[in-house]
Amino acid sequence: MAYSFPEEVLELVLSFLRSDRDRNAVSLVCWSWYEIERWCRHRLFIGNCYAVSPEIVIRRFPEVRAVEMKGKPHFADFNLVPEGWGGYVQPWIRAMAASYPSLEEIRLKRMVVTDESLDLIARSFKYFKVLVLSSCEGFTTDGLASIAANCRNLREIDLRESEVEDLSGHWLSHFPDNCTSLVSLNMSCLGSEVSFPALERLVGRCPSLRTLQLNRAVPLEKLPNLLHRAPQLVEFGTGAYSAEIRPDIYSNVAEAFSVCKQLRGLSGFWDVVPAYIPAMYSACAGITSLDLIYAAIQSPDLVKLISLCPRLQCLWVLDYIEDAGLEALAASCKDLQELRVFPSDPFEAEANVALTEQGLVSVSEGCPKLQSVLYFCRQMSNAALITIARNRPEMVRFRLCIIEPQAPDYLTLEPLDTGFGAIVENCKQLRRLSMSGLLTDRVFEYIGKHAKKLEMLSIAFAGDSDMGLDHVLSGCDSLRKLEIRDCPFGDKALLANAAKLETMRSLWMSSCLVSYGACKLLAQKMPRLNVEVIDERGHPNSRPETCPVEKLYIYRTVAGRRVDMPDFIWTMDKDAGNPEAFVSNGAVEMVGDA
Amino acid sequence: MLSHLNLEATELRLGLPGSDDLPSTNKRPSPEDHQTPPAPKAQIVGWPPVKSYRKSTAAAKSAEAESGMYVKVSMDGAPYLRKIDIKLYDGYSHLLTALEDMFKLSIGEYSEREGYKGSEYAPAYEDKDGDLMLVGDVPWEMFMSSCKRLRIMRGADARGLASAQH
Repeated sequence: MAYSFPEEVLELVLSFLRSDRDRNAVSLVCWSWYEIERWCRHRLFIGNCYAVSPEIVIRRFPEVRAVEMKGKPHFADFNLVPEGWGGYVQPWIRAMAASYPSLEEIRLKRMVVTDESLDLIARSFKYFKVLVLSSCEGFTTDGLASIAANCRNLREIDLRESEVEDLSGHWLSHFPDNCTSLVSLNMSCLGSEVSFPALERLVGRCPSLRTLQLNRAVPLEKLPNLLHRAPQLVEFGTGAYSAEIRPDIYSNVAEAFSVCKQLRGLSGFWDVVPAYIPAMYSACAGITSLDLIYAAIQSPDLVKLISLCPRLQCLWVLDYIEDAGLEALAASCKDLQELRVFPSDPFEAEANVALTEQGLVSVSEGCPKLQSVLYFCRQMSNAALITIARNRPEMVRFRLCIIEPQAPDYLTLEPLDTGFGAIVENCKQLRRLSMSGLLTDRVFEYIGKHAKKLEMLSIAFAGDSDMGLDHVLSGCDSLRKLEIRDCPFGDKALLANAAKLETMRSLWMSSCLVSYGACKLLAQKMPRLNVEVIDERGHPNSRPETCPVEKLYIYRTVAGRRVDMPDFIWTMDKDAGNPEAFVSNGAVEMVGDA
Repeated sequence: MLSHLNLEATELRLGLPGSDDLPSTNKRPSPEDHQTPPAPKAQIVGWPPVKSYRKSTAAAKSAEAESGMYVKVSMDGAPYLRKIDIKLYDGYSHLLTALEDMFKLSIGEYSEREGYKGSEYAPAYEDKDGDLMLVGDVPWEMFMSSCKRLRIMRGADARGLASAQH
């Protein structure tokens, strides 16, 4: 062809591409498209902060305005990743402070963020608008004060589920009086009391505030003050939902809720006093999302509440809801898409509530749009799983946790292989699966055969042999993240499927049977993987090579081995002949694997 | 290369703590088991998979009764910290024995006047106000609610602490 599109035209066309997958595909067409695309990618998603380095990213994408990044492996949520593992954001912030002066948005998940980082963010990015720290740790309220004080255009500050060292509530008072840009504030994870007058004033002067999630320390009596100043709220999280039972408090709260006509999401509800639940009834007709995981509301009250929420799409609730409550949910909420039921008493072997597999079956029968489930219970049967699978073939996320490890089908005492097999066979769009209960290699055969769209799989106390792991690695074409604990999977399957690991974001294995020798071999075979052995018993050299390692985290990377590991983590040596420094086309996939 | 793995040679166990094989049936205590009071069930790390901050909010339980009161434990000279759940211990001697086990050291006898005299290491903790205190001075319940962090100090440094507090 003697002509081609002018760059400007192509750039305009590319600006309509939002998905990273599409942009990555475009980058692979030819070098000139790669060039044009990299100059106009403004939003970056880095699923594993160690898969690539700040230098490589900045060199390739010079005009970035929004960065989203994840650090620790998912199992860190359950204390399986030791303290000091890594995931430090500081090197990224330092590099971006120098190269991305127009950066506006930072979203981090499971990373270690220090006050120093927050201060650097606050001082380096003049147009900074959005800070989301999800399940992060390492910072204090002093860091938040710096953000509040220095970010003139701050729109969003969301600290969901982060561990913040709460030095004082005064950080909120650092928002200057002329800050009126706030759209979203989530401080639900904070412990101490913020200055209420400062909060009131802040809420009152931000007319675009759509999301306000308070912390437990904000008392119920004060809610009306806030809601009256922000009747336009769409998402609201209460503080402690308890007070002396007084008619004046009740009517104030009820009236305040009725004033907020745009409310779609509610959360908070610590320490619920049942008498105050009806005060929120006026909001129920419009509610699409309800998060009650901190609310010890018993089933009858939950039934009343839920029956008033016909538009409910997402419900997170404790198992106090019981089978009866889930039946009511199934009857009232035909728009339900996502259900999460958490255990009120997870460490008790005996059931404290009347919640069984039947509740989930009812919801699967009654809610035609159900596609995302997280369910904790104490008994399950193959029959129930098969029913659920047949009822909801469009299921996308299915996470089941039977509290007793290796619990069999309680009716037949058989493994739950056929039940989960039915899930993967019927639910052809399934992208995420977590399994529990008694499971043999057979279930993995089903998964390898049917779960072709599966991207994330979590396995615990399951399987009999390496065949199980082999089925998964060889059969699951779309697999990106695999996390395994306490399974008898060892060297054979891992080494036989070494190449597969480079097509995935990461593999976590703890308390399995992978030997130190196999880890070394794998690293030599696959230089574009970091094979990290985590072992708190001391260097693996002090034990036989055949000895299984405690924990193993393997991930693809173009950044080489990381240098910020604590003393109990070792990266296995790669083949000395293979240079790691060049950026291959593998890197195009690396940055932005959604 | 991949020789037969000798499971017994390793310390890893599959299955639940206290069990010798992989159970294949649902373990419910039979009526005969109620002769002796059951030992407190050993918790498997990270199971069930609930995030640590999402504690039980049962109406019957107060905040203090939540499972798990984890504090970090550092030892002078050690490269990394540990974390323990103080709720699992029923008193100071239980806690100190566990610390001695975990860090392979000896702590010695506590006396109100002289602290942990004669031992290489002494346990200290950071309380709610951020002050460094010697372990053992206050009643156990008060310690449990005020201890934010534990630090195993070298004996020499700790003796300074003991004399400063008395």
